[in-house]
Amino acid sequence: MEIAAVFLPLAAAFIAGFFGRIIGDRGAHVVTCTAVVVAALISCVLFWQVAFLHQPRTIELFTWIDSGALEVSWALRVDTLTAIMLVVVNGVSAMVHLYSIGYMHHDRHQPRFFAYLSLFTFFMLMLVTSDNLVQMYFGWEGVGVASYLLINFWYEKPSANNAAMKAFLVNRVGDFGFALGIFAVFLIFGSVEFDTIFAAAPAQAQTTISFLWFEGHALTIACLLLFMGAMGKSAQLGLHTWLPDAMEGPTPVSALIHAATMVTAGVFMVARLSPIFEYAPTALMVVTVVGALTAFVAATIGFTQFDIKRVIAYSTMSQLGYMFFALGVSAYSAAIFHLMTHAFFKALLFLGAGSVIHAMSDEQDMRRMGGLADKIKVTYWMMWIGSLALAGIGIPGVIGFAGFYSKDIILEAAYADHTWFGMLAFWLGIVAAFLTAFYSWRLLIMTFNGAPRADAKTVAHVHESPWIMLGPLVVLAVGSVLAGAVFYGSFVGHHSHEFWGKAIFVLPENDTVEAAHHVPFWVPWAPLVVALSGIGTAYWMYQIRPEMPARIQAQFAPLHAFFYNRWYFDQLYDAVFVRPARWLGFELWKKGDGAVIDAFGPDGLAALTREAAARSVRLQTGYVYHYAFAMVLGVVALIAWFWLAN
Amino acid sequence: MSAWPLLTITTFLPLVGVLFLLFLRSDPETEARNARWIALWTSLLTFGVSLFVLGAFDARNPSFQLQETVAWIPAFGISYHMGVDGISVLFVLLSTFLTPICILASWESVQTRVKEYMIAFLVLETMMVGMFCALDLVLFYIFFEGVLIPMFIIIGVWGGGRRVYAAFKFFLYTLLGSVLMLLAILAMGYAAGTTDVARILAETRFPVAMQTWLWLAFFASFAVKVPMWPVHTWLPDAHVEAPTAGSVILAGVLLKMGGYGFLRFSIPMFPEATAMLTPLVYVLSVVAIIYTSLVALAQEDMKKLIAYSSVAHMGFVTIGLFTMTQQGIEGALFQMISHGLVSGALFLCVGVVYDRLHTREIARYGGLVSNMPRYAVIFMFMMLASVGLPGTSGFVGEFLVLMGAFQANTWVALLATVGIILGAAYMLFLYRRIVFGKLTRADLRDLLDLSPREVAVFAPIVVLVLWLGVYPQPVLDIFGPTVEHLIRNYQTALADGAATVVASR
Repeated sequence: MEIAAVFLPLAAAFIAGFFGRIIGDRGAHVVTCTAVVVAALISCVLFWQVAFLHQPRTIELFTWIDSGALEVSWALRVDTLTAIMLVVVNGVSAMVHLYSIGYMHHDRHQPRFFAYLSLFTFFMLMLVTSDNLVQMYFGWEGVGVASYLLINFWYEKPSANNAAMKAFLVNRVGDFGFALGIFAVFLIFGSVEFDTIFAAAPAQAQTTISFLWFEGHALTIACLLLFMGAMGKSAQLGLHTWLPDAMEGPTPVSALIHAATMVTAGVFMVARLSPIFEYAPTALMVVTVVGALTAFVAATIGFTQFDIKRVIAYSTMSQLGYMFFALGVSAYSAAIFHLMTHAFFKALLFLGAGSVIHAMSDEQDMRRMGGLADKIKVTYWMMWIGSLALAGIGIPGVIGFAGFYSKDIILEAAYADHTWFGMLAFWLGIVAAFLTAFYSWRLLIMTFNGAPRADAKTVAHVHESPWIMLGPLVVLAVGSVLAGAVFYGSFVGHHSHEFWGKAIFVLPENDTVEAAHHVPFWVPWAPLVVALSGIGTAYWMYQIRPEMPARIQAQFAPLHAFFYNRWYFDQLYDAVFVRPARWLGFELWKKGDGAVIDAFGPDGLAALTREAAARSVRLQTGYVYHYAFAMVLGVVALIAWFWLAN
Repeated sequence: MSAWPLLTITTFLPLVGVLFLLFLRSDPETEARNARWIALWTSLLTFGVSLFVLGAFDARNPSFQLQETVAWIPAFGISYHMGVDGISVLFVLLSTFLTPICILASWESVQTRVKEYMIAFLVLETMMVGMFCALDLVLFYIFFEGVLIPMFIIIGVWGGGRRVYAAFKFFLYTLLGSVLMLLAILAMGYAAGTTDVARILAETRFPVAMQTWLWLAFFASFAVKVPMWPVHTWLPDAHVEAPTAGSVILAGVLLKMGGYGFLRFSIPMFPEATAMLTPLVYVLSVVAIIYTSLVALAQEDMKKLIAYSSVAHMGFVTIGLFTMTQQGIEGALFQMISHGLVSGALFLCVGVVYDRLHTREIARYGGLVSNMPRYAVIFMFMMLASVGLPGTSGFVGEFLVLMGAFQANTWVALLATVGIILGAAYMLFLYRRIVFGKLTRADLRDLLDLSPREVAVFAPIVVLVLWLGVYPQPVLDIFGPTVEHLIRNYQTALADGAATVVASR
């Protein structure tokens, strides 16, 4: 059953990819959608068995690499953490597959698209079911390739080519850390298999290794290196620049890969490795700070953007920041809880945005939208539900949307951590919550309210999407409404210990999720208050006084430019890394290889030989007296030598 | 079967084909056609025989197997001694596997002097296989140098515009190193009283001072072959000017001779010198990885780019070999096999478009995926294998090498790992410029997708690369015991330390 859940998408990808021309578009739809829907249903069964009947299991397939002490197997490990990911990945993937039938219906390369989607699903499943770091790396790089292919799906667009390359390369920078982290783990534990590592972690809590120029705490070094991988994949501050550009891909791809699943791989990784991270407090601190800063910075960029997909992309990055600072304060279960609810409402928002773009004849700029509420009613309401869930609206202690439960528990846990970085995360999280609500309603108002700003032809063409697209939206909307309330008790409430089993590990003194239930009364209310004021501000600025934004923008022009240009990260990296690398490459080639090595090496040697030959030619003058003179000189020298020697 | 002199048969079978080719006389067209078929069947048959070598090989036994010894010049202790162990047996197979592919790849692209071309290739195969089997220093030297001659001719006769310059550069570099190695071999033969590799390994310990000189002399030769920075500049020129199949063999097998030599001679025979000079190898390798990766980024010629990438990949190999860890050495060996397949395939990919458009300038291409989808898929796969995507053979070697390096020296591991970022950069950049984008040029629009013959050339490599990526265990099992044995001997030798007496004599 586990095998079917993981390998059905691979089989479907293979069939659709290599026999797409034979089975046609319809055939590719049927094959891939069936495979992924079946896999999703199996995942639900597995989730039930593992999380509620407490039957975690590991299935070894066969040996992958066995070299000396290093033993790596292909294996499927299913515990509660994996089971949640299986449901999220296969569930969202199934919805996106179905949605894409409608969204992509006029594309010429549908079998290829569906093959990539299924292939991505397979790699993601391999990532979450791995029982060792190397298989995780396999899935990790695999989803990277699938993402690369999908961003580049419209391969004739240079912007898509560049975005795909950028995504792959920035992720490679993260993977550089991930790989070194694996090596460090192997050096410390002599194994890369989770069970072995986790069992040995307490014993290695004080070990030091020498790394580069210093001798450092072994687990901290390993965890920080591994976290670098997580930062790349999950677009954390510093390695985030690829995510907004990745929106060049078709919108269903953004929903599946760049919102719901792949970008959460870093969160999954840290949660999975919680037994090591728990013994590396410094690493946890770094995770918290990076997460908190990401949540804040992404939100500041998000509220200045005009591309509807980019706004949601920055919102994704910001929400990932929440998940990371939750991890950093040891609230792993809260992070995964938010991962799950976020998957529902963010996929909903993206697919909803896709429905808008579909209606608007591929227009993505919100400045040219407006007035769509009446024309695409279902999409409008779906976007409202998604935004309410994202903003985390609900009444503490009573009821709320999915994001309300998960975001609140994260903020409460950060507050309950009682460290300076926990507090930093809490307050930056509160600010980001305000901005989140603000840009969500800015998006809703600019897109759906007011008068249409598009040209007449586009407006006339606006139409509601077919039900093959709206159906998945409704399913995801149901999840966005209910997932929080239904699973709160299991994930972070009173039943959490039985629910998680051994899937995550928290040191007793770090149990912030437990402490989060005992914070002062104003802490649970704070996010709600700022969210509502964010919504109010957005209404005031965009609905009631639509001339306001431009005025404010003019008044704070430098600050706005700073946010709008995404804190100039791209320009900075281009100036510091990209251009110098290319310049250096060119110089090393022309000057290093050409002017130095070749000039002194083979070419120089050849020239030298030629020169020597030319000179020796000049000695042969042909005049007898020259030769005679040389002979006399020789004889004199010889006699002199004999005379002196004796 | 084992009673047969399998290694001798594998080595010299191609020469039988050469004999047939020599007697080929008819009108040019028929002659060319017959020459192709004879060469193909000879190389396929050789590959078949080499499979028997693999069949007869016992992976659990770390010592030399299938040995054949015939006294040759007994006065100097020189003999015809052939044999394989876990280190060499797969390189024999790599050579016999790539040769038919090369011949198939030259089917249409080589139209002049076909018979002579095929002769050169078959002689080359004999030399390569013999080199990996030879267990006598003098015999090894003969094969090692013998490889040069047909390769020199292949580049110099069937090469591109600057072929003579490239051929001479290639010859100069490699010969210079070889002369020093010859001197070292003479010195060793004189000191040990034999040139038999197995006996030297078992009995002889050279004095430390002498080891250093010998090590450096061998290093001069092997470093050129690998090639290591800064003696790598012959490779880009040789690759660019060589015909496609020449590049495939050059990258696939000839570059492996250096790495093989380190592991067969330098490390086990001069352990103290190795321990002392390992930092030198690390530095040169790390420089090679970063330097050539950056240079590759700036290339405008496809073949040159892949040639520079080869230097970077071989940098991983030399690091792995000298980590003296199980993972490092096994990874280096695996990387050599994998690189042989992957870079061979990449040169074939270049050959495919070169045959059609007769230019290697990257800027002339773009958007090929539109009319050459099959080509795009195979090229993509090989590109990903080259950047070390897990699930392809490229990953296993690179990963093991780096894992070994991390245990030996974290600086080396860190800097070498930068190579996986740069490696992805130049390969993706290359692929994007050739395959993606809009198909605008008229002459590109007329290009045809892969023919069945070309698919047949790629198919076996694709299968192997995938198989070795998902299930590399059979190969690692062959390396394992021999490498373990080698590391143990190395460590005992170092532990014995000062006991440096020339034991035999």
